[in-house]
Amino acid sequence: MSKLLEAIQENRKSILQDWTQRLRSVDRRRDLLDDRELDTDAGNVLSAIADVPAGTTLEDFSAVGWQPLKELLTNLSVSRAAKGFSPSETAIFVFSLKPSLFTLARQQWGKDAGELFLEISAINEFVDKLALHTTDSYIHGRDQVIARQQEEMLELSTPVVTLWEGIVALPLIGTLDSARTQVVMESLLQAIVQTNSRFAIIDITGVPTVDTLVAQHLLKTITAARLMGAECILSGIRPQIAQTIVHLGINLEDVITKSKLADAFRLALERSGRKVVRVDKANSASTTNPRVI
Amino acid sequence: MERIPILRMGNYLLVTIQVDMHDKLALTLQDDLTNRITEANAKGVLIDISSLEIVDSFIGRTLANIASMARVLDAETVVVGMQPAVAITLVELGMSLPGIRTALNVESGMEYLRETVADHEESDGYIGDSAED
Repeated sequence: MSKLLEAIQENRKSILQDWTQRLRSVDRRRDLLDDRELDTDAGNVLSAIADVPAGTTLEDFSAVGWQPLKELLTNLSVSRAAKGFSPSETAIFVFSLKPSLFTLARQQWGKDAGELFLEISAINEFVDKLALHTTDSYIHGRDQVIARQQEEMLELSTPVVTLWEGIVALPLIGTLDSARTQVVMESLLQAIVQTNSRFAIIDITGVPTVDTLVAQHLLKTITAARLMGAECILSGIRPQIAQTIVHLGINLEDVITKSKLADAFRLALERSGRKVVRVDKANSASTTNPRVI
Repeated sequence: MERIPILRMGNYLLVTIQVDMHDKLALTLQDDLTNRITEANAKGVLIDISSLEIVDSFIGRTLANIASMARVLDAETVVVGMQPAVAITLVELGMSLPGIRTALNVESGMEYLRETVADHEESDGYIGDSAED
């Protein structure tokens, strides 16, 4: 065990006192964390450093002995992130340990400048690694949240609704990328098989932009549906999107397009031999809704 | 040798592919089917591929070829029951099979055949009448 770790173990009380004083004096988020919690966190971190198994060195941060400390810092980072701390605030918490350890080093090896320099560089490197670890954990936690949200969005964003017997609609909302289009395509084709639908309406009112890639994906979906024996109608093309499509030179001539979902629905009804008529109020007192015959 | 059975129902031929198609089988089917269309004087061909789970570009092209050949021999072809995965694969392979008629299941495929073939017969029969009008 290095001399520094021994010194830390011997003087842990004074270090902790010095550190907590420093923590209170620096600009910190009193609204998010009270003094007691702050002291507990500092105490835990310091004892995790002081209580490492013999033979673990400050230089080798990937050693098994440091695992408890790493886990502690990860939890600390995650819980602080959840409370609303920024990653730099968590890092500052760890960095403030540095001056306390420097004070210790000066007390121990103040007379030997060479020794003092060595130990201070070791402390410096070690505390930097600790702080970097908290930042890494923070980013890792965020990545997980983002990945989970993406998954949830993918599930939420592709509902296939049955409008009538044999007619399904797919209202698309949000930007289409390759991964999402794959899900859209699969769920639409699956719904066509399940509901035995001859008509599928793809409504793109909620799609903000259509570029060549998105158009290509849409065409693929439409072609696949046609191969399965269903007819696709594209609806909800906004004026700007119509302009973009023409400017990009995308050929939608083989696709039936309608400006509104209602028009597409009407067409699908017509093609399947139905039509919407208004019921004469005088003739039928019981129902006033338009009915499909 | 392994063959895919071709059933005759009146004016129509019914082909149900229930095994994985390999290249030789597809070519045999192409041969058999064209022969049967001529023999039976069939007006429509219905190919059910609902059990087909794997396709490659060759099978896709053979299906397209069969449809074109049938058309030359005066028979409409309908491919029915394509699985979503198969449809996606064909599209990704860039084969949109533009010449092929498709339907969701055998029932709607037969319905389509009856309509189109009946239309042809009607329009054949009414040529004289419409000239008089």
